[in-house]
Amino acid sequence: MNPVSTNNITVAYHRKPVIQNVSFEAPEGKLIGIVGPNGAGKSTLIKSILGLVPKASGNISIYGKPYKKQRQIVGYVPQRGSVDWDFPTNALDVVLMGKYGQIGLIRRPNKKDKQEALECLAQVGMEAFANRQISQLSGGQQQRVFLARALAQNAFVYFMDEPFVGVDAATEKAIIQLLTDLKSKGKTVLVVHHDLQTVKDYFDWVMLLNIRKIAFGPTEEVFTQEHLQKTYGGRLAFLDQESNGVNPLA
Amino acid sequence: MTYTMWIILTASLVSVACSIVGVLLVLRKMAMISDAISHTVLLGLVSAFLITQSLDGLAMFIGAAIAGILTAVFIQLLNSAGVQADAAIGIVFTFLFAIGVILVSMFARDVHLDVEHSIMGELAFIPWTTVDWLGIEGVPQAVWMISIVLVINIILLFVFYKEFKLSSFDPHLAAALGIPVVFLHYLLMGMTSITAVASFDAVGAILVVAMIIAPPATAYLLTEQLGKMFIYSAIIAVLSAISGYYFAAMLDTNIAGMMATMTGLFFLAAFLFSPTHGVVIKKIRNRFTTYSNDEA
Repeated sequence: MNPVSTNNITVAYHRKPVIQNVSFEAPEGKLIGIVGPNGAGKSTLIKSILGLVPKASGNISIYGKPYKKQRQIVGYVPQRGSVDWDFPTNALDVVLMGKYGQIGLIRRPNKKDKQEALECLAQVGMEAFANRQISQLSGGQQQRVFLARALAQNAFVYFMDEPFVGVDAATEKAIIQLLTDLKSKGKTVLVVHHDLQTVKDYFDWVMLLNIRKIAFGPTEEVFTQEHLQKTYGGRLAFLDQESNGVNPLA
Repeated sequence: MTYTMWIILTASLVSVACSIVGVLLVLRKMAMISDAISHTVLLGLVSAFLITQSLDGLAMFIGAAIAGILTAVFIQLLNSAGVQADAAIGIVFTFLFAIGVILVSMFARDVHLDVEHSIMGELAFIPWTTVDWLGIEGVPQAVWMISIVLVINIILLFVFYKEFKLSSFDPHLAAALGIPVVFLHYLLMGMTSITAVASFDAVGAILVVAMIIAPPATAYLLTEQLGKMFIYSAIIAVLSAISGYYFAAMLDTNIAGMMATMTGLFFLAAFLFSPTHGVVIKKIRNRFTTYSNDEA
């Protein structure tokens, strides 16, 4: 059974499709990149899988069951910019939020939860910042706290929305290390990504998306010039290899 | 209890009840919804009166809660249909309040419901309407009402603390984890409504809004922990109520107005002198850092 399987998902906003008829089967234990131009519906795709935006049609299953039954095994890292980092709380507390779904009503996080949250912070190199106010963290550190929170969810399938945006080199390294660790534990990670230069280095599989699914498969097979052209249209100047020294396919 | 003590007690209970919902509203950037709700509950009150033909406490609460939640629903509807959030609040709030005003002046002129009263309140009359309940005698009706609401607010905050916290900070993750974010939103609207209605008779809509927004906004400048924000905000609210009473007595002026003024002054003090966010303190600190950088 596949970790994530979708059948013809369509999401519309004011009757205009944001994503249309997207079907795919994500294989287990792979790092999967989702790329496409702005407005291609990358974030919307993962939000629709997580039930955060209403679908006009289509089905989704996580290990063969609807998402609602599988919340406990799915981890989510929203875009860093989607929350208010001036919220009165510290890094450890944010990581503990990843456990709120499991803790249950009225109960508060206990010592064991806190210990686990600290270990998650340690995995992203942030244990020294546990009691730091989140407003005082750098962008990269905030992103690592978000990743630690997803680790605290202790999931089998992870969805990450643009984790590499605006982070420093140390954080980028920490994220890659983390993704590799997750993969080695057989977990499946879907990452919305926009930097084409790094797709080949980071991801085993890739989805090219522009409202419709253009291609989905092992990176070396589907991350081709033809597919990129189809996904980005004429907008991708550096695909023209002669005119520019940078070639994402190299 | 003396006359003065009853007034101070009522205002303090109001201020704590308001500050609890206020912290959540301020953190969710929804503070102005309290302004809308504290006015539109008038429509709920008068509707409840017209249906039941009495000023019974429970009917009033239910009417107010429905009016408050409807206010939130209408604002949400307009907003998702493309009307700017602040314009949506302004339209719904003035429209429903105006209907309330018209109904009061048409049908409820002779009862204890009037428009001026609903805006300014009249704390000075509180101690004179007493109700005996649970074998306790001579307690003003307003004190009973606001105490019940305060207990409800505290219980709901305690039960849903984690859920309120996560859905305020990161509604996307909250929804993904299965936390009922929509239910919590309307629960908070309901809490705001019953707080407004219980407070409003005693202290008026202006003080309700002041107590819901100013003490939490002040506490926000003084702490970076959510738990402490609730406590500081309650303390600031009570201090505003007490000091407001005595200043009003000194100057022989409107009590609720003076209390609202005090919440503003406490905010101003924190805005200027808060150790972390204060404008003046930051200036001084920057100066020192600049000097030390020069030396380095």
